[in-house]
Amino acid sequence: MSATVETLEAIERPPVTMGSRLEGELLEVSMGPQHPSTHGVFRMNVALEGEIVRKLKPVFGYLHRNHEKIGENTSYLGSMPYTDRLDYFCSMTNNWAYALSVEKLAGIEVPERAQYLRIILAELTRLQNHASLLGFLLNDMGAWGTPLMYAFREREKILDLFESLSGSRMMCDYMRFGGCRVDADDAWLARARQIVDRFPKFLDEFEELILGNEIVIGRTQNVGKLSADLAISAGITGPMLRACGVNYDVRKVDGYGFYPRFKFRIPLGEHGDTYDRLMMRALEMRESVEILKQALAQIQPGPIVNPKVKIRAFRPPVGEAYGRIEAPKGELGFYLISDGGPNPYRYRVRPPSFINLTVLEDLCLGHTVADVMVILGSVDIVMGEVDR
Amino acid sequence: MESLEQIKGRAETAIPGAKIDIVPNPGPANQPSLLIDNEHAPAIAKFLRDDAALRLDFCSNVTGVDWFDRVAKKTVKVKKVVDGEEKEVNQTTEEKIPGYLEAVYHLYSITHKHGAVIIRMRTEDRAAGARLPSLTPIWRSAEFQEREIYDLYGIRFDGHPDLRRILMWDEFEDHPMRKDYVQPDDFEWEPTPHDDVLARAKQHYTPRPELDGAEKITAGSGDTLKR
Repeated sequence: MSATVETLEAIERPPVTMGSRLEGELLEVSMGPQHPSTHGVFRMNVALEGEIVRKLKPVFGYLHRNHEKIGENTSYLGSMPYTDRLDYFCSMTNNWAYALSVEKLAGIEVPERAQYLRIILAELTRLQNHASLLGFLLNDMGAWGTPLMYAFREREKILDLFESLSGSRMMCDYMRFGGCRVDADDAWLARARQIVDRFPKFLDEFEELILGNEIVIGRTQNVGKLSADLAISAGITGPMLRACGVNYDVRKVDGYGFYPRFKFRIPLGEHGDTYDRLMMRALEMRESVEILKQALAQIQPGPIVNPKVKIRAFRPPVGEAYGRIEAPKGELGFYLISDGGPNPYRYRVRPPSFINLTVLEDLCLGHTVADVMVILGSVDIVMGEVDR
Repeated sequence: MESLEQIKGRAETAIPGAKIDIVPNPGPANQPSLLIDNEHAPAIAKFLRDDAALRLDFCSNVTGVDWFDRVAKKTVKVKKVVDGEEKEVNQTTEEKIPGYLEAVYHLYSITHKHGAVIIRMRTEDRAAGARLPSLTPIWRSAEFQEREIYDLYGIRFDGHPDLRRILMWDEFEDHPMRKDYVQPDDFEWEPTPHDDVLARAKQHYTPRPELDGAEKITAGSGDTLKR
């Protein structure tokens, strides 16, 4: 037995070449899951050549709790508060998508006032989601704090509205099968009108802040270009699809709820780059304000829930249904199979931000690491929905 | 949009040998679907995507369903001779349908703004290595969703470019969305390199009870300490 002690000098080392620029050599970097601009716990395995991204693999599952399995083991109504936790920025639209699917599954009609309330709350949700997205995006670009606080000031007003109506700011649990849980009184509607009337002022200010800004333009234009063909094939939905110039909005195509009653336009982008995706949110907010003004003017008193719907022992007939809505992040769908029992046999969520991440690698290739954060921010993800 | 019967007829003439069944949906939603055979599935999917009248270019939702073994009861009226008299008697036959896993695709058309056409594929059984052809080469949006089905249901998709687990960690062994999945006693445990190191360390360690005196020490006795 020979004991050899290796001294530090004896170990052979590759020569250190400070001058080499890692040409052709790939450096693997794990971005996330604790990175502040991954909007939660999201990881990307990135292969870098110098500063340029050559490969990017997203890693999911840090927030996975098998929402679908839990949904299959709870009653239909029991899943309603749990849908709030999917995309926790937009609990109202999650509620609506789930209620819409169950209503399709069981053949339930919704009274008129409830439809109006749903549209009002869904569009308010869109306003606060898009406003805070723009704030976060500017935060990711290095505009620390200030734009985000401007956006959060507006979001706060809308969350206060949600709180006074449903009792909760973010986990609203507001919709029910065949209607809504509580009615909005006249004072609430007056307050909503006031907030909606003042919202364009914020938009003017915010657009002036970002649109002509040289840094924003430099960081976003021609960054992360997405072609319309790839976007359609990859199932991209929502503002991200429309930024490529594809005119597809479930509000217009399916005409669910009372959307066909309202006049609004669908903003379309031209280049499909990050700047267009950012602009899409700004323009959509203006259209949401138009819808809200019409809805708040047209809403009439009446019942808010269909009295024929059984609350206890709710058992939809055997069958299956897929219902979808235009959530702020894209097409949010619920696929339900009923075997006639009190629980769904199959409960599936079609999460828009999860599927929108399919093209993340295509968007980031050839750009720098700093651009990855901006591109990811413009996709608009919430990990509660991505990992479910 | 055409009815499912028309789509079925046109697809079967366009692709020789293809077999398509219409799966009825008894509920009020009235969303029947097409059951396509696994062998010709990519060809049928390509036909649905590229056909000028259909152009189902947007595959919205891809998901798996786990169907257990079930018994379908059928009641048929049969003529029988009872006591020399011919009578109609109800006869119940039980048919055992073996379980299978299913992949369901919801297709829409962005070009023509119609849909949904629902297609489904079934595996032969619920065994561990159940296989289906992947439709990711036709619709890229199936990429992550088929990975999710593989992860949670255990269907292997032939032709998928990158079939790995997506939500559960790579070392996880079971498929949690299956109806007969049993939760492990310990959720937290997952194999780490640390476990291997511990096992190797144990091989090197030989107990030396006489030297250490560790075996003799009992709580409260204090004998060994006095000695």
